[in-house]
Amino acid sequence: MRVSLFITCINDSLYPHTGQAVVRVLERLGHEVVFPEGQSCCGQMHHNSGYAPEAVAMVRQFVEIFREAEVVVVPSTSCTAMIRTQYPHLARHVAKDAALLEAVEALVPRVWEFSEFLTRKLGLTDVGAYYPHRVTYHSSCNSLRSLGLGDGPLTLLRHVRGLDLVELPNNTECCGFGGTFAVKNAETSTAMLTDKMRHILSTNAEICTAGDNSCLMHIGGGLSRQRTGVRTVHLAQILASTAEAPLA
Amino acid sequence: MSNATFTSRAAKSLRNSQLRRNINKATTTIRGKTARVTAELPDWEALRLAGREIKRSTLAELDKHLIALEESVTRAGGTVHWARDAAEAREIVVRLTKAHNTDQVIKIKSMTTDEIELNPALEGAGIRPYETDLADMIVQMGREKPSHLLVPAIHKNRVEIRDLFRDQMGSHGEGLSDRPTDLTKAARAYLRDKFLETRVAISGANFAVAETGSVVVVESEGNGRMCLTLPDVLISIMGIEKVLPRWQDLEVFLQLLPRAATGERMNPYTSIWTGTVPGDGPREFHLVLLDNGRSKILADEVSRETLHCIRCSRCLNVCPVYERAGGHAYDSMYQGPIGAIVTPQLKGLEEAGSLPYASSLCGACHEVCPVKINIPQILVHLRGKVVESKRETALGKLSGENMAMQVASRLFNNQQALEWSLWAGRLGQKLLTRDGVMPWLPPPLSGWTLSRDFPALPEQSFRDWWKQRENGK
Ligand code: SF4
Repeated sequence: MRVSLFITCINDSLYPHTGQAVVRVLERLGHEVVFPEGQSCCGQMHHNSGYAPEAVAMVRQFVEIFREAEVVVVPSTSCTAMIRTQYPHLARHVAKDAALLEAVEALVPRVWEFSEFLTRKLGLTDVGAYYPHRVTYHSSCNSLRSLGLGDGPLTLLRHVRGLDLVELPNNTECCGFGGTFAVKNAETSTAMLTDKMRHILSTNAEICTAGDNSCLMHIGGGLSRQRTGVRTVHLAQILASTAEAPLA
Repeated sequence: MSNATFTSRAAKSLRNSQLRRNINKATTTIRGKTARVTAELPDWEALRLAGREIKRSTLAELDKHLIALEESVTRAGGTVHWARDAAEAREIVVRLTKAHNTDQVIKIKSMTTDEIELNPALEGAGIRPYETDLADMIVQMGREKPSHLLVPAIHKNRVEIRDLFRDQMGSHGEGLSDRPTDLTKAARAYLRDKFLETRVAISGANFAVAETGSVVVVESEGNGRMCLTLPDVLISIMGIEKVLPRWQDLEVFLQLLPRAATGERMNPYTSIWTGTVPGDGPREFHLVLLDNGRSKILADEVSRETLHCIRCSRCLNVCPVYERAGGHAYDSMYQGPIGAIVTPQLKGLEEAGSLPYASSLCGACHEVCPVKINIPQILVHLRGKVVESKRETALGKLSGENMAMQVASRLFNNQQALEWSLWAGRLGQKLLTRDGVMPWLPPPLSGWTLSRDFPALPEQSFRDWWKQRENGK
């Protein structure tokens, strides 16, 4: 399959290793990856902060760039949720643009979150990964609720050789990130993060993974500040690691 | 108005260990109970859809149903009053009460009367209102605001409650212990006197059926039943969105409400009355239909479904923000996720503009709401209105946030500018980076570094890596 990668702005600028891992997994599975030029951001930050007209500009840009794609793969649960649930809303209620809405609705079914693409589109559970670490998994709110990915990501993790998977208590609760929420309501956000870290530490895992680097930036930022010694690693990087070429 | 916002009020309550403990314990228990009794119904999802659809279609023809309700209530011997806003509603209730030459009224838990700030108006007119719901009574005695839709005194512990009772219940409070059974016994004896001696009662309403003119109150303590049957005069106040077209619709809502609210299959007391009946119950019945901003909400196609709410409080009980910040942080009789969308729409964004931001948009509320209100969507919609109103002012245009958003949106639409800014960022961050992370950032990002390190920008972005790889092929 010819997969168009939508890297997302956070992964592009802060977490290039996640994107490289996605490319590695997909190519290992025999797919062709293309990276369309001119892509930038899904518009989530603008939309969630109340800057809807600015977000619409990014909807248009996204549709323009990926219109012809066979499938679009996105290594971020929140950006996928933004595209799937909010693009139609923005086209209908903010842009009030029937042509845009039509284009969005035609494109959305071809947009997949990375783990979802593996499990649901390709029907895989084992991607041949090897990762000898004790890992706990944080299912992001968007993975659980907006995308309904359920156990899909966990199934992939269960099939990783060498990986010691520990269940995260209270897993369905938000880590407290919420975009600008983490800055605007920093104290409430911190209280949520503290409880999330408490649960992570209770697992004795060395790594906390998730399908979204924005949650991981938040959780990892807290774990780093507290000198817990626990790291955060995107799911794609775990799946990209093999016995021949292991990743940290 | 003070300058307090959700953020500043939450900062206070986050440090209150008693409050944190009480709310955590209460919400954890209730979450478990509601999850059990909603999961046991094979048609729970169908009920939710039915509830949502009944509300949607009713609101689409609200005028018609309200007029039908007025006709039915009048036919059954009641009187209907229309109140455009809180002031009109207060004036109606005070006038009706005064007409009966009484200096006290009993009340059954009603958020609508809190919304219109009825109690101070009654007191101003020389009428003393007595709350008869246990928790409301506690809040009233403490001269506080409720902190939870259904458990208004969730923030209090029993020693505090004992002290209030000792102080304010006269002989019933003398020598009282803090044992829950003793506290409720005292409250019961104290309230019994009030039920028997008071001639006017004020209630809210959970539902009103247009076709029959019946009004419904759902409760747990039996105080409602006393208020609704013993006094000579009953005045009920309801928001206009509470009307249901058919008697049959109650079947759906009387299943949805108790299961979502308290995790019970059926609530202990359901009172339904239709007008007046000679020789039984109140001799006079008044129904006040309150708009107070609701028709404005109805006109907004995105936030309209706010009016579906049946005030079950389930969204509060699953909300991680409510659980930590507590009800008082919302400074409203409507707290939690529903409060964050209702209050700004009723009071206006000027007064409650910080509430739409009191959410991480995690979606737990939307997931459990018995009538499927998409609260995160409405929160974002209201944020849009806050931004819009600020953009209209020069100061708002120049605000740090607006400028940052404008810059970001230009960058994201311009490849070269984006690459250049990443390069500049890498250069700039050298000053702030320690051991690969940034432990401090300047305002407004200092909120982030309050408790979190920020990752340093890597030397190579993904797109640079990709370009290099393509060139090397
Ligand atoms: S918004 Fe939904 S969950 Fe919250 S109180 Fe209203 S009906 Fe209940």
